[in-house]
Amino acid sequence: MNITLRVWRQKNRTDQGRLVSYTAREIPPDASFLEMLDVVNSDLVKKGEEPIAFDHDCREGICGSCGIVINGRSHGPNRGAATCELRMRSFRDGDTITVEPWRAKPFPVLKDLVVDRSAFDRIMQAGGYVSVKTGGTPDANAIPIPKPAAEEAMDAAACIGCGACVAACKNGSAMLFVAAKVSQLALLPQGNAERKERVDRMIAQMDAEGFGACSNTYACEAECPKEISVQHIARLNREYIRAKVL
Amino acid sequence: MTTLDSKIPTGPIEKHWDSHRFNLKLVNAANKRKYTIIVVGTGLAGASAAASLAELGYNVISLCYHESPRRAHSIAAQGGINAPKNYANDGDSIYRLFYDTVKGGDYRARESNVYRLAQVSGSIIDQCVAQGVPFAREYGGLLDNRSFGGAQVSRTFYARGQTGQQLLLGAYSALVRQMEAGKIKFHPRREMLDLVLVDGQARGIVARDLVTGALETFVGDAVVLATGGYGNTFYLSTMAKASNATAIWRAHKRGALFANPCFTQIHPTCIPVSGSYQSKLTLMSESLRNDGRIWVPKTKDDSRKPADIPEEERDYYLERMYPSFGNLVPRDVASRRAKEMCDKGYGVGKTKMAVYLDFADAIGRNGKKWIEEKYGNLFDMYHEITAEDPYKNPMRIYPAVHYTMGGLWVDYNLMSTLPGLYVIGEANFSDHGANRLGASALMQGLADGYFILPYTIGDYLATSKFKPVKADAQEFRDVQKDVQERIDKLMSVRGNRPADEFHRELGKVMWEYVGMGRNKAGLTKALDLIPEIREAFWKDVKVVGAANDLNSELERAARVADFLELGELLAYDALQRNESCGGHFREESQTEDGEAKRDDKNYAYVAAWEFAGEGKKPKLTKEPLTFEYVKPSQRSYK
Repeated sequence: MNITLRVWRQKNRTDQGRLVSYTAREIPPDASFLEMLDVVNSDLVKKGEEPIAFDHDCREGICGSCGIVINGRSHGPNRGAATCELRMRSFRDGDTITVEPWRAKPFPVLKDLVVDRSAFDRIMQAGGYVSVKTGGTPDANAIPIPKPAAEEAMDAAACIGCGACVAACKNGSAMLFVAAKVSQLALLPQGNAERKERVDRMIAQMDAEGFGACSNTYACEAECPKEISVQHIARLNREYIRAKVL
Repeated sequence: MTTLDSKIPTGPIEKHWDSHRFNLKLVNAANKRKYTIIVVGTGLAGASAAASLAELGYNVISLCYHESPRRAHSIAAQGGINAPKNYANDGDSIYRLFYDTVKGGDYRARESNVYRLAQVSGSIIDQCVAQGVPFAREYGGLLDNRSFGGAQVSRTFYARGQTGQQLLLGAYSALVRQMEAGKIKFHPRREMLDLVLVDGQARGIVARDLVTGALETFVGDAVVLATGGYGNTFYLSTMAKASNATAIWRAHKRGALFANPCFTQIHPTCIPVSGSYQSKLTLMSESLRNDGRIWVPKTKDDSRKPADIPEEERDYYLERMYPSFGNLVPRDVASRRAKEMCDKGYGVGKTKMAVYLDFADAIGRNGKKWIEEKYGNLFDMYHEITAEDPYKNPMRIYPAVHYTMGGLWVDYNLMSTLPGLYVIGEANFSDHGANRLGASALMQGLADGYFILPYTIGDYLATSKFKPVKADAQEFRDVQKDVQERIDKLMSVRGNRPADEFHRELGKVMWEYVGMGRNKAGLTKALDLIPEIREAFWKDVKVVGAANDLNSELERAARVADFLELGELLAYDALQRNESCGGHFREESQTEDGEAKRDDKNYAYVAAWEFAGEGKKPKLTKEPLTFEYVKPSQRSYK
C-alpha cells in the first residue's frame, strides 16, 4: 500500500506546530499503524531528518501509551482498538491520512504526537485508590462479592488511561476516565469506606486540571479502545450527588 | 575468584523465612524517615516495593522511562497469578506449589527462595483483593480459580485476560497514594543510565530526562532495580518496545554479577511472525491451552483449510506424546515441540511456521458465550491482528521470546553482589530456575515488592554505615561524566544506519543460534557474529536529532548498544552449560525421544558472571545448588 500522511510536527511545548506531508511506501496491509510509522521514520532517519515522535510501548493495546488522532478520530476508525492494534488493512491504497496528537488543554504537546498526560496521574492521586497498607488484610474470600457486581467493576477497571475519551470530547472532558475508577470502586465493598471523599476529590482535581464538563454526546464511549460504557458516567454522577447532597 | 554467599537460612525449610525475618535487624520506626531509597521501575515489583517502603516511613524516589507508572509492561500479563489457597479443594498446598515450581524450573532454582515465594503468595491475593482488584468470581461471590500452564490443581487467580493490568493498577493505586502523602517522589520519563557507588555501596544513579535530555543524579542510601527482563535482546519478543536491559547491564558493568543469562523462556502461544516490518510479537495467554487443542495436519505441506481437514487426518501431537498433561505441558516443552513440528514440515499458514490452536470442541461443549466470557478479549485481539475470526477458524500460533529467568544475581535478601543494590522482579534471577511456570511472574514480582524486600532492606540500612554524600560528590560527577561521554560517542558516529537495523541483525543471530535449540557450533558462531555487529554499530550507527531534546533514536541506540554486549554474555552462558534444562535446550544433551536431558552431576549450579572489561571474556563463578526436599528427577509429563 502507498499512503500519503499529513502529520502534526511540533518541536516542543512552545512551538507553533504544523502539518507536514510524507509518503509511506509499500506498506503491507498486515502492518500495524505504528509499524507503518516505524517504516516512515526509518526512511526519515536515513535521510538525516528527525523521525516523528510518538508514544508507544506494549503495542498490544493494554499499556495506554499510544494515542493518535487519525483522520479526526481517537485511535482511528476501528471500534474497540488502540492505535497500536489498528492494522493498515483498515485503509485503502492511495489514502491520505491525517495524523495528529490528542487535542486537549490539559494534555500539552511535548513534541510531535507526544503529549503530557500527567493530569491523569494527579486525578488518581486525589483518591483513585482504597487506602490499605501492605499487610494485615483479611483473607481474600472473607468478603463475597456478587458476580454481576464484580463483572461490572471489571468492565470499568479495563480502562487503560490512554486519554482517547478526552481527545474525542468536544469539551475535553475526562468524565469517562474518572467514572471508570469511581464506578469500579463504588461497585465493590472495598471502596465503600471512602466513597464520598473519593468522588469529591477526584472531581475537584479533574476540574482543577482544566478538563471540561460532560454534555452527553457519548463520543467518549464510541472512541474508547476498551469500549467502556457511559453508564459509568451515570454512576459517577449519582456518586457525586450522594457525596454532596445526602 | 568471587565467592557467593547466598545467605540461605539453615534448619527446616518451612521455618527459613520466619527465622530469617526474626534475625533481620529493624530500623526504628522514627528513624526510617532518615533514609532514602531509590526504586527504578514501576512495574509490579517496583510499584509494590515503592509503595510498601513508603508506607513503612522511608523516603522513596521512584522513576521510570514511561510517562506514567501505570504503563510498565507488567500490565500486559494476561493469564493470572498463582497462590496455593486451595479454594478449589483439589489438594493444593504451599508445599505443592513449592514442589511444582522447583520441578517446573527443572531443578535450577534455590529451594529456599522458592519455598518463601510459595509461602507469601497467599498474602498477595489478600492484598490485591483489599485494594479492589476485580478478580473473577463465582456466582456465590467467592473467588474463582483456574488451572494454568502445567499445573494439575486450580490455583490461578485471574481478572479475565487482563490480570497483569489489574494487579499493576492495584500496585499503582498504592503508589499514587504515597505520592499524595508526599512519601514518594515520582519522576516520569527518566531512564537510568548508570549506577553510582560510593565506598563500594550503591548510593545513587544517573538518569536522563527523556524530554529535555538533561542528565540528573539521584542520591539515596540504597538502590532497588525493578527494571524487568532482557527479552528484547532477541529484537522480536513479547516485551514492550522500549523495554531494555540498560539498568541491569550498567549495574553489571559496575560490578554486579549476572546469573544464568541463558535461561530465557520461549512462550508457546504467540501470534506468528507475518513480515519483515514486524516490530514485536503478541502473546496469547496460555490459559487458552486449557480449552484449546493444539494440532497440525498429519501430512506434510498440507495446504487445505483447517475445516477441510478431517479429524483422523489431524495430529494432536501434545495429547499424543503426553497423555497425562496433554496440551498443558510446561511452556518449554510445548514450544520445542511446535518448532519441531514446523521444522519437519507440518507447519500451517502462509509461512508454514505455525501450528493450530483449536477451540471448536470447547465451543461445541460449552457454547460460544462461555468462551467469550473467559477469553473474549484475547479472541478480539487475535481477530484484530490477523483479520481471522478465531470463533470460526482455529488460531495459528508459534513460540516467541517472552520472559527471562536469568538476571542479576541476588542473595536470599534480594541484594546483588554490590552492597545496597537490590534487584527485584524479572530483573533478578532467583526463583524460576531454568523455566518459569505460568502465572508465576506476577506472583514473584509482587512477592518481592510487597513482602520480601521491605523487610530485608531494613536489615542492610540498620547494619551499614553511610558516608554523607550530595549529588555533586566526586563519585557522582565521575559517573555522570562517563554517561555524557557515552552519549557524545553515540551522537558523534554519524554513520549511515539506524540503530534499529543493528538490533534486528542481533535479533536474528540470537534467534538462530541462541534461541530454542542451541549447539556448540551455533553458539561459537554467535560469539563470532555478535562482536562483528557491535563493531559495525559503533562505526556506522546514525543517531539524528540532538542529545538535549526528546530523541527516541538516541534512546534506542543507547539500549541497542547494551543489548549488543548482553547478547554475547547470553551466548557465553549457553555455551558453558552443556546440558539441557528448562528453556535452555542444548541439542547435544537430549534423551532418545527428544526431551531435555539435565546433567545434575556437572551443572547443578547457578552460573554467575563477572564483567571483565569490554570485549573480554567474562569470568564465571558458580553457586552450587542443593536439593534436600525436591529430589531431582528427569521431568516427565507423559
